[in-house]
Amino acid sequence: MRNESAVQVRGLVKRYGSKTAVDGLDLDVRAGTVTAVLGPNGAGKTTTVETCEGYRRPDAGTVRVLGLDPVADAARLRPRIGVMLQSGGVYSGARADEMLRHMARLHAHPLDVDALVERLGLGSCGRTTYRRLSGGQQQRLALALAVVGRPELVFLDEPTAGLDPQARRSTWDLVRELRADGVTVVLTTHFMDEAEQLADDVAIVDAGRVVAQGSPERLCRGGAENSLRFTGRPGLDLGSLLKALPDGTAAAETAPGSYRITGTIDPQLLATVTSWCAQNGVMPDGIAVERRTLEDVFLELTGKELRG
Amino acid sequence: MNSGTYTPRPGAAPVGRMIVAQAALETRMLLRNGEQLLLTVVIPSLLLVLFSTVDIVDTGAGEAVDFLAPGVLALAVMSTAFTGQAIATGFERRYGVLKRLGASPLPRWALMAAKTLSVLVTEVLQVLLLTAIALGLGWSPRGGPLAVLLLLVAGTAAFSGLGLLMAGTLRAEATLAAANLVFLLLLVGGGVIVPLDRFPDAARAVLEWLPISALSDGLRDVLLHGAGVPWDRLGVLAAWAAAGLGAAARFFRWE
Repeated sequence: MRNESAVQVRGLVKRYGSKTAVDGLDLDVRAGTVTAVLGPNGAGKTTTVETCEGYRRPDAGTVRVLGLDPVADAARLRPRIGVMLQSGGVYSGARADEMLRHMARLHAHPLDVDALVERLGLGSCGRTTYRRLSGGQQQRLALALAVVGRPELVFLDEPTAGLDPQARRSTWDLVRELRADGVTVVLTTHFMDEAEQLADDVAIVDAGRVVAQGSPERLCRGGAENSLRFTGRPGLDLGSLLKALPDGTAAAETAPGSYRITGTIDPQLLATVTSWCAQNGVMPDGIAVERRTLEDVFLELTGKELRG
Repeated sequence: MNSGTYTPRPGAAPVGRMIVAQAALETRMLLRNGEQLLLTVVIPSLLLVLFSTVDIVDTGAGEAVDFLAPGVLALAVMSTAFTGQAIATGFERRYGVLKRLGASPLPRWALMAAKTLSVLVTEVLQVLLLTAIALGLGWSPRGGPLAVLLLLVAGTAAFSGLGLLMAGTLRAEATLAAANLVFLLLLVGGGVIVPLDRFPDAARAVLEWLPISALSDGLRDVLLHGAGVPWDRLGVLAAWAAAGLGAAARFFRWE
């Protein structure tokens, strides 16, 4: 199961008029994993996912989802996938449980609706119709609609956009439970912490292309070093510090009194730095080891802020 | 929930069950919507009662209700198959309901079948209610039920095609405005409560070809004059149905 490919996208191109939304994108999703498609707004995440869902016909390239062509084999594919749209999708006059029960009726072996309502905290919606639900309740209902049919593969488009921290955590837990039960999950997000927390694989998308794909650990490790920061008196003589540190380590005063040491940050290096500080009568305030985040990776790869 | 709860077990429900579930949901949505009820139930009932009991429009010889009941039945069909369906479907498109259902196991043809079923169920309820009111007002219908049924079905097809064409091509707000406007214009100019022979000949020659005129006059031929199947009116309705459904199939945009 693990190595089987659930989604395979090769050279996908999608244009809207003169605008190219997706520009030669490759993506692989292994069955049974959680894959995060990470990128800023307008990077082509939704277009990519909606092409996999069969909503859009590629202008070029191939898309295979569970081995099927999402457009040509739509009738066979749709019962097997679950879809959470970025917004909407529910009759404005329908109640949450009513819509969920309806979606369950369209499937052969749906989940227990009452248990799912309880699990996602939708019981409090009561007789309220969709248009009067809060944004968070609408999001959770959309998520429930995606999973109620017991799909093999779910596509979640920005599943936690606009959620409060508690609801966000609860959504993350559900994604983990899906994965644990063998459901493949593809989600789009512009939250790097979400990708780091949930994903086995992250595909970083910018301007319609995947600029990097791999596990969060591998992407964060990839090439660059970690750093150690502290603040102290301005104008310290870093030359004497560098003599005590291993080769390949760099030290700089990035702003008056702010110091940054880059290299392989290990316990020995940390001890060397603090003892040097002690010898020089410096109190290293706010000393912190910084690990590269997906945010840094994104910035390096694209020269852009993720949430720019 | 326990481990194993979400273990994949995908599959579509039998298509018949899906259609019935979808039609039931759509009918519930319609019956829950106040504006829709106003259009499909309140206005036809009020017009029937008002114009039958108060002498506002000269409906010719005989009881006013005998003239009005067939026209109001035609109006009921138009209100559900055209106006109501256009507005509901327009907003379903706008709010991504059609899009979301497009990713469900429900095939598009089955969604359209469910919509048709929902319209027919609503029409049965309307016909029962309006017939009861009309009979209470002293209506004495003539003619055969088969001819009436044929006209109602052909009228439903004609109005559904036009309603879906509008819903699938215009913005939801434009559909809302246009569908209500058309409803009002056809109510006045389609032989529903005002006999077409009250209009100048030139206008009448055009108005006669409208689907609402064909339906109301056809129903009147049967229910008022006791005629057999009015094939000419059925032909007009069938032509509108073919044109409307054909154009809707060609131009309907799901998003």
